[in-house]
Amino acid sequence: MSASEEKKRPVRWHIAVFLAPAVLVYTAIMILPLFGTLQLSLFREVEQQQVFVGFDNFRILFGDPRWSESFWNALFNNTWFFIIHMLVQNPLGVLFAALLSSPKLRFSVFYRTAIFVPTILSFVIVGFVWKLILSPLWGITPDMLDAIGLKSLFAPWLGKPEYALTTLSLISVWQFIGIPMMLIYAALLSIPDEVLEAAECDGVTGMSQFWKIKLPLVLPSIGIISILTFVGNFNAFDLIYTAQGALAGPNYATDILGTFLYRTFFGFQLQIGDPNMGSTIASVMFLIILAGVSLYLFGIQTRLRRYQF
Amino acid sequence: MAKATHSLTRSFAAHAILAAYTVIALFPVVVIIINSFKSRKAIFRSPLSLPDRDSFSLIGYETVLAQGDFFLYFQNSLIVTVVSLFFVLLFGAMAAFALSEYRFRGNTLMGLYLALGIMIPIRLGTVAILKLMVASGLVNTLTALILVYTAQGLPLAIFILSEFMRQLSADLKDAGRIDGLSEYRIFLRLVLPLVRPAMATVAVFTMIPIWNDLWFPLILAPAEETKTITLGAQVFIGQFVTNWNAVLSALSLAILPVLVLYVIFSRQLIRGITAGAVK
Amino acid sequence: MKSTTLKGLLLASTLLCSVGLAYGQDAELIIESWRNDDLEIWQSKLIPAFEAKHPGIKVKFTPTAPTEYNAALNFKLEAGSAGDLITCRPFDASLALYEAGHLAPVTDLEGMKNFSDVAKSGWSTDDGSAQFCVPMASVIHGFIYNKDAFDELGLSVPQTEGELFAALDKIKEDGNYVPMAMGTNDQWEAATMGYQNIGPNYWKGEEGRLALIKGDQKLTDDVWVQPYETLAKWKDYLGDGFEAQTYPDSQNMFTLGRAAIYPAGSWEISGFNNLADFQMGAFPPPVRNAGDDCFISDHTDIAIGMNAKTANPEAAKAFLNWVGSEEFATLYANALPGFFSLSDHDVKMDDALAQEFVSWRGKCNSTIRSTYQILSRGTPNLENETWNASANVIRGTESPQDAAKRLQDGLSSWNDNHK
Repeated sequence: MSASEEKKRPVRWHIAVFLAPAVLVYTAIMILPLFGTLQLSLFREVEQQQVFVGFDNFRILFGDPRWSESFWNALFNNTWFFIIHMLVQNPLGVLFAALLSSPKLRFSVFYRTAIFVPTILSFVIVGFVWKLILSPLWGITPDMLDAIGLKSLFAPWLGKPEYALTTLSLISVWQFIGIPMMLIYAALLSIPDEVLEAAECDGVTGMSQFWKIKLPLVLPSIGIISILTFVGNFNAFDLIYTAQGALAGPNYATDILGTFLYRTFFGFQLQIGDPNMGSTIASVMFLIILAGVSLYLFGIQTRLRRYQF
Repeated sequence: MAKATHSLTRSFAAHAILAAYTVIALFPVVVIIINSFKSRKAIFRSPLSLPDRDSFSLIGYETVLAQGDFFLYFQNSLIVTVVSLFFVLLFGAMAAFALSEYRFRGNTLMGLYLALGIMIPIRLGTVAILKLMVASGLVNTLTALILVYTAQGLPLAIFILSEFMRQLSADLKDAGRIDGLSEYRIFLRLVLPLVRPAMATVAVFTMIPIWNDLWFPLILAPAEETKTITLGAQVFIGQFVTNWNAVLSALSLAILPVLVLYVIFSRQLIRGITAGAVK
Repeated sequence: MKSTTLKGLLLASTLLCSVGLAYGQDAELIIESWRNDDLEIWQSKLIPAFEAKHPGIKVKFTPTAPTEYNAALNFKLEAGSAGDLITCRPFDASLALYEAGHLAPVTDLEGMKNFSDVAKSGWSTDDGSAQFCVPMASVIHGFIYNKDAFDELGLSVPQTEGELFAALDKIKEDGNYVPMAMGTNDQWEAATMGYQNIGPNYWKGEEGRLALIKGDQKLTDDVWVQPYETLAKWKDYLGDGFEAQTYPDSQNMFTLGRAAIYPAGSWEISGFNNLADFQMGAFPPPVRNAGDDCFISDHTDIAIGMNAKTANPEAAKAFLNWVGSEEFATLYANALPGFFSLSDHDVKMDDALAQEFVSWRGKCNSTIRSTYQILSRGTPNLENETWNASANVIRGTESPQDAAKRLQDGLSSWNDNHK
C-alpha cells in the first residue's frame, strides 16, 4: 500500500499477473461448479425437469417439521462439536505449545513430532482404530480400565446416544490438536527477545510472564485458529461418516450438518439423492459459516490487531 | 537454590504432561502396527501384547501385497500431494501478494471472492467438476486430482498468506523499488522468504486434506493406475472387512510411509514455521 | 530445479493416464459394482470363463465400497464416465437410473428368457412392461448357528419362537457363549437381519407386503408392530456393549466361536466358511406357533444392466446374455455360496450351508423385503427410517408402538396410498 499511491499509473499489469492463475483455477474448478450447485436450491425436480420455486425449499427446510427437526438437531450437534474443540483442543494446544517453547526443554523435538502424528493420519485410519480401541468386544479400553480398577466406568460410548457425539468430538480433537499446537508454537517463538528481556527486567517471569506478556501477543494466532476451527468443524463430515456411517447413529445423535447434507444431497441406500434440498442445506451452511467468518473479520480481528506491534 | 528446585519441578511437570499426551497420541498407531504382525486369534485374545514366536504372522501383509499395488498407490498420492501443494503455494502467494500489496479497485471484493471457497465444501460441486473433467478427457488422470486440490487449497492459502503479508513492513519493499527491482523480483526475492513461516503453515493445512481425501479419487480417478493410497486402503478395508490381519496390514502400509516422510521432514517443517522467529 | 521435477511429474501423470487408454484393440468392458468382497472371484473365475468364450472382449471388475456406490455411480453416469456394465440394486434405485436414461432396456435380450416374472420384478418398470437389468442373485434370511455349541449344550434346532427364546435362555444361563451375535452400531443389521428376517412370519409374506403398498395395512397394525416387540426381547441376549458393536465385530464374534447364534443373510456363507473352525448350521426364522405356515425373505438382491451410453453395446449385450446362461448361474452360485441364482436353470450347489438355506424355498413361502418396492421413494425414506427404528427398539430407547407410529407418519406424509 505504498508505492502504488505515488501517482496514477495507467495499467498495472503485474497485479493481473499475480492474480490470474489463482483466480482462473479457483473460478473454473471451484466457484462455477459450486454456484452451479447452490442455485439448485431455488429449483425442484418435477417429472425430470428442474422447475424454479424461489425460496420454497428453504420454507420446507425450516417449516416442515420433518426437515426442520433434522436440521436443528444437526446444527445443535455441530455446535456442541465446535464447543468441545474450543474448550479442549485449543487450550490444550496452547498448553503444549507453551511447554514446548520453553528453551531448556529436552526431547522437545520428539514430543512435537509425536503429538502431530495423528494429524497426518487419514480419517479411514482414525475411524477404524478408535472403533477398535473403544470396542466393547475387542477389550482394549475395558481391559485397561480394569487394570486400574475402573472397569465400571466403561460403556459402549460410541453406541450410546448420550456419549457418542462427545466421544467423536474428542477423537477429532485427538486428531487435530497438532495444528493449534504448531501455530501457537510458531507464534510464541516469534515473540521478540527484547520484549521478554524487558519483562524479565521488570520481574515478570514464569507463569505471570505467560499470562501477561506471551498470551496477549499470541492472541491474533489464537483468533485465526478459532476461526479455522469454526470453519473446519462446520464443514466436518469424514470422521462421523467413517465411524458411524451416513445415518450418524445412534438415533442421529452424531448427525452434524456435514452428514445431514451428505445424506440429503448424495442419497444413502434406498434414499435417492435430492440435489435440490441438498443445495438448500448447503446454502444455509454457507450462510452460517459466512456469518461466523464475518464476525471474526469485522468484530474480533480488528480488536485483536490492537495488541500487535 | 529455591529457584532451581522450583524450575526442576516445573520441568518435571512439563515432561509429565507432554509424555502423557505423547502416549495418547501414539497409542492407536502402535496398536495397529503391532497387531498387523499377529495371527487372527492372537489379535483378539491379547490385542496389547507384542507379537511373540507363537502369535507372529505375516499373513496379513502377504494378502495385502498380493492384492493391491500399494507402492503405486503411494506414488500416486505423493505426486498428487506434492504437485498440488506446489501450485497452491505459488498461486496462493502470488494472489495474496497482489491483495495485500496493492490498492486497486475491487481489492476487498476480490479478497472476499477468493475467501468464499473456505465456506463451502468443494464436494458439492462434484457433478460440474466431473463433467468438466470428462469433457477435457482428464478422468482417471492424476492431473484431474491436482487441479481440484489446487482449487480447493487456494482460498485458505490466500486467506492466511495475505494476513501475514499485511504485517510485513513496507520499508524493505520500498527500498527494493528504489533499487529498481521489478514487482516480480520484489515478490520473489524479498517477500517470499519473509513469509516462509506462513507458507509452512499453509503447506500443513493444505497437504493433510489432500493426502487423506477419499471422495475425489473415488469419483475422478478410481482406476487401478491412478488410485491413491487412501482410496486403496479404503477399498481394501471393504474387501477384507473381517480379515483383520489384512486390514491392519493395509493400514500399517498406509501409515508407515507418511510417518517416515513426516519424521524426515518435520525438522524442515519446524524450521520453516519458526524461521521468522530466529533472529 | 523445481520446475523440471514438476514437468517430470506432469509427464508421468500424462503417461499414466494414456496407459489406461492404450489397449483399445479389444472391446473393453468395465463393470461397476458395490461387491468389493467379490473382486477376487470375478478376477479368478467369472471373467476368465467369459473371456475364454468371447475372445476380443476384455472385462474389468472395478468395485466401489457399498456405502459410496450409489452416489459415486450416479455422478459417473451423469457425467458420462461410468463403466459399461452397471451392477443394479433392486427396485427404485435402479428404476430411477432407467427413467433418467442411464440404463438401457434389456427386455428383449436372449438371456432374459431364462428368468421368471418374480425374478425380474426387482428390475422392471412399475407396469412390468420393460426390464432394465439381468437378475443375478437373491439372498435368503435366516439364522446361522454354531453346531458345536448347540451339541455341547444339548440344544436342538428351534422350530418356533418359543423354542428359540428357550434356547437363547439356556445359552445365556450356561455363560460360555454370547447367545446372539448382533450389534446396533451400524443400524442396518437390526433392520435387515432383525426386522426383515423375522417379520414375514408376522405379516404373512407377500400378502402383507402388497397390502402395505396398497395402503390396506398400516405399519401401526399388529402384524407390523409385533416383529418390533419380538426384536425388543433380543436385547437381553446380545453381547455386552452391543450398542457399539459393528457389523464386522459381530461377524468376528461369531466366527471366532464366541457366540452361538447369528441372525444372518445367506451372503455370509462364503466368508464364514473361510473363517470359522467349527461346524455351522442354519435354520429359517422360527414360526410363532407350531404348525404355522412359514415365510422367508428371499430377496432379489443383485442384477446387472448396461450403461445406455456404452461405447461397446454389442460386447455388453454378449456379457449380459452370458449372465443369463446356465454356465454363469452355476459358476456364480458355487463361487459365492449364499447368492442364489434367480434363473430357471437347475443349479447344482456344493456348499452344505447354502443347500440348507435354499431348501427352505421348498417348504416356506418366499417374499422380499417390505420396504424396497415403492415405499422408499419419498422423504422420509422408509428403509433408512426402519434401520433407525429397529436399532432404537433393540436398544430399548424407543417402544415398538412409538417406532411404528413414527414410521407410519413418515410414510403417510408422502405416499398417496397412506394419506
